[in-house]
Amino acid sequence: MESGATRDLVILGSGPAGLTAAIYTARADLRPLVLEGEPSSSSDQPGGQLMLTTEVENFPGFAHGVLGPELMVSMRAQAERFNAEIVTERASRVDLTSRPFGVWIGDPDAPEPTLRTRAMIIATGARSLMLGLENESRLLGYGVSTCATCDGFFFRDKQIVVIGGGDSALEEALFLTKFGDSVTVVHRRKELRASKIMQDRAFRNDKISFRWDTVVVDVLGNERVAGLRVRDLNTGALSDIPADGVFVAIGHAPSTELFTGQLDTDDAGYLLTSEGTKTNVPGVFACGDVQDHVYRQAVTAAGSGCMAAIDAERYLSSLAQT
Amino acid sequence: MNDVITVSDDTFDEAVGLSDIPVVVDFWAEWCGPCKMVAPILDEIASAHAGKLKVAKLNVDDNPRTAQRFQVMSIPTLLLFKNGETQARIVGARSKSQILSEFEPLL
Repeated sequence: MESGATRDLVILGSGPAGLTAAIYTARADLRPLVLEGEPSSSSDQPGGQLMLTTEVENFPGFAHGVLGPELMVSMRAQAERFNAEIVTERASRVDLTSRPFGVWIGDPDAPEPTLRTRAMIIATGARSLMLGLENESRLLGYGVSTCATCDGFFFRDKQIVVIGGGDSALEEALFLTKFGDSVTVVHRRKELRASKIMQDRAFRNDKISFRWDTVVVDVLGNERVAGLRVRDLNTGALSDIPADGVFVAIGHAPSTELFTGQLDTDDAGYLLTSEGTKTNVPGVFACGDVQDHVYRQAVTAAGSGCMAAIDAERYLSSLAQT
Repeated sequence: MNDVITVSDDTFDEAVGLSDIPVVVDFWAEWCGPCKMVAPILDEIASAHAGKLKVAKLNVDDNPRTAQRFQVMSIPTLLLFKNGETQARIVGARSKSQILSEFEPLL
């Protein structure tokens, strides 16, 4: 990556949306630069949320399923085959008011942007939410985990709690039954948001039990997690659930902090798009979970990444004609 | 000189406890995606600090005793040892600059 250079296209993010945009624009010879993000153990990492999943059963073309991380390695290789430039960095600041747009990597207070770009595709995705409890962050790595596939192993024959009621909560719960003695799903409502197939599997699994209408008040334990203190929303009663491991899967928030005040968002912070993938700034396009809180699937993210690529390509050729 | 070594339950005390230079121990496993992102970063750190810092890899699948002894319940976990004592702990994958900013002041 050449510092100070002006590019035609920078893609922020490297989940299915960002990498599909990279495949299409690289094939169209736009030489995209992909800032794929930095390593982390949350879903905010190169490859995105699929890096923390196991079997993906519903991505078309894989009759027998595919492992999430393998799918992402393969998408990345496909983008590189067409000479997309992929760097393991994250943007620390963007300036969408000047043209070409400014992109900072590293120190966000540097006077000059690290590079400039004529067009930008935002595919920074969404990251998983935490409860926001003090003891939750204190015990992170000591029984509180953000990555079931990484840490399930440490809870062999132990008691595990999964917090949440969506597909990712049930996927984690089902995965964790391979290790844990019991898996309790704590959910704030009395019905699940998860898809029917995941619900059926969870209800059929003997190791999984449910605590409905229940919210987590505190994570208990000194050196390591000992349990959860919960409140029953119907009675208001507090009780403790003993647990060795706690996995939080209560939903996602879009990674849009970089664009606050520069791009239009909805109340939850998701980028607003119109006419395909256009944001309110011409030349800036958004795709994937950063602009979608409805479908949130790998295949819909990939689809919108393709749309953003085509939109960006048209925008760049219209610039060239003026 | 390659400063990345592999340690086990049996060799940990000698290789890490008795080391005369600081050691970063990487607790990892084959099935952990984020661990794979950290591995090349640690290789770079080891070469850049050759002679001043050792990097030791401990597979938690094969060496549960050492993982348990240091209360590792999440991987990757990086522990920095100096004179056999734990100096710092990083839980979860991080970028190279984040790892260095935690560990370098303690070297």
